Amino acid sequence: MNAMKNFVGWIDDRFPLTKVWNEHLAEYYAPKNFNFWYFFGSLAMLVLVIQILTGVWLAMSYKPDAELAFGSVEFIMRDVDWGWLIRYMHSTGASAFFVVVYLHMFRGLMYGSYRKPRELLWIIGVLVYLAMMATAFMGYLLPWGQMSYWGAQVIVNLFSAVPWIGPELGVWIRGDYVISDATLNRFFALHFLLPFILVALVFVHIVALHKVGSNNPDGIEIKKGPKGNRWSDSAPADGIPFHPYYSVKDIAGVAGFLFLFSVVVFFAPEMGGFFIEHPNFEPANPLKTPEHIAPVWYFTPFYAILRAVPSIAGSAFPAVVAMFASILIMFFLPWLDRSPVKSIRYKGALYKTMLWLFVIDFIVLGYLGVKPIADHYKLMAQIGTIYYFAFFLLMPIYSKMDKTKPVPERVTK
Amino acid sequence: MSADGVDLKKRRMLTAATSVVGAIGAGYVVYPFLAAWAPSERAKAAGAPVEADISKLESGQMLRVKWRGKPVWIVHRTEENLKDLSALEGTLADPKSELPQQPGYCQNPTRSIKEKYLVAVGICTHLGCSPTYRPDVGAADLGGDAWRGGFSCPCHGSKFDLAGRVYAGAPAPSNLEIPPHQYLSDTLILVSEDGGAA
Repeated sequence: MNAMKNFVGWIDDRFPLTKVWNEHLAEYYAPKNFNFWYFFGSLAMLVLVIQILTGVWLAMSYKPDAELAFGSVEFIMRDVDWGWLIRYMHSTGASAFFVVVYLHMFRGLMYGSYRKPRELLWIIGVLVYLAMMATAFMGYLLPWGQMSYWGAQVIVNLFSAVPWIGPELGVWIRGDYVISDATLNRFFALHFLLPFILVALVFVHIVALHKVGSNNPDGIEIKKGPKGNRWSDSAPADGIPFHPYYSVKDIAGVAGFLFLFSVVVFFAPEMGGFFIEHPNFEPANPLKTPEHIAPVWYFTPFYAILRAVPSIAGSAFPAVVAMFASILIMFFLPWLDRSPVKSIRYKGALYKTMLWLFVIDFIVLGYLGVKPIADHYKLMAQIGTIYYFAFFLLMPIYSKMDKTKPVPERVTK
Repeated sequence: MSADGVDLKKRRMLTAATSVVGAIGAGYVVYPFLAAWAPSERAKAAGAPVEADISKLESGQMLRVKWRGKPVWIVHRTEENLKDLSALEGTLADPKSELPQQPGYCQNPTRSIKEKYLVAVGICTHLGCSPTYRPDVGAADLGGDAWRGGFSCPCHGSKFDLAGRVYAGAPAPSNLEIPPHQYLSDTLILVSEDGGAA
């Protein structure tokens, strides 16, 4: 025991091991009233680790070459020992990452976790989300199937719709006049690089979180409440040490998550064409677009917004602006919410209605994004797009008008 | 550290000058990294001309060839198709082909050199999908009797007639591109930027 103490002491003189451990785990006091919704942050980190691990292993057998890519994925599936498992973990992991992050973001929306003093924490989170989208998009090209090819074609052409510089910008991104070997090769390199940038962003996200402290379902600042709990006289009375209390709670979340994750990996890795789309079992054919193309499910709400906006003055640019705006508007959320309270628990019926309609709207847009073109779908997507933006842009008005309830002094159960 | 006798103005000037020179240097270093993303010399040289033999192309059929990695369609239009082209003008966005989407010699009512054959780049001018050939006149899913044959884009629903002209109100902003091409003989078409040999 003494030898161990000496060893840790030796390290502490050279690296702040005990200090970091205490500040971020053993003496990081998180609100004691976390609920189910607080699993998803740690689960997102778990999925990131799964993606990096399986991704590096896939890269050992994958060939980023237009002639060889499709075959090398089939090679991984059929000839590499356990290759199918590693590949299905990676493809399911991509969808799981978005499931978990969407729930994590919704938690933030419900409990006002983006409000002062957590504005920067939220903004870093949106950056994480953007980096995830870029990573997922580039990864989707790599199997070099029909959906990979034509999906990338459409998304890269979004940049070509920018007035003046658009066409050159598209060529610069592709490295060719069409999606080609050059595009595949660079997307592979970037798909390998971006996860490490993601790790850095997640690190910054956590540094910001530990600076301001976690929010909680009541939206009460425990640091402003009374002091003194059974571990420390100066710690917030409503806080408990992250370790072991929440580290153990998160392990329970991990177990539940891995159970569901395994069910998908082993029994429904394609998820009926939602996680791996059917046309992607055909090699990319630059001469023929599949009968029906749609992005993977996690992009479809934004794709529906893209399709809902008509060309204006012979340019597809307004639709492209609307699609990017629908994502970038999230950056402004901390300043759009003018409610005197943070948490949904103390907000009034008006805000609750708006939020739940937004959830329904997001799901409906996601559904419309996978549907083929039809006039009645288009009208629905247009209504959905208008509501999507109204939720954000009218928030300063309705969040102020809303009849809120009094917030208690201390966190509740 | 004492600041006695330090010329702060001079120090600031030197700091600023060093920063500016450093920023310019950084700019020079960044440039090759950005420029490396442009198409390689090989990709730029790959615009090789392509020949298409249309001797076996029956009336109403379509042939696809690959030119610069893109699909080029050759459609053998029927007599009825040609009659429909002029009747459709009211429903099109650019019926007279005023936008520069074709070489000068194809800026005519059929957008072609020979009336019968349409030669077009099969890439939708919206977001680059390849529209589906739908010669079936009166197709219920494309507007019934108003549909006189043409192309329908599976991605965002743009519709084009059999001269590659876009229907008004479609997401696509312009007509399909007509590539530079020429007839080497009655049955041999050369698609090529500069008229070189295949």
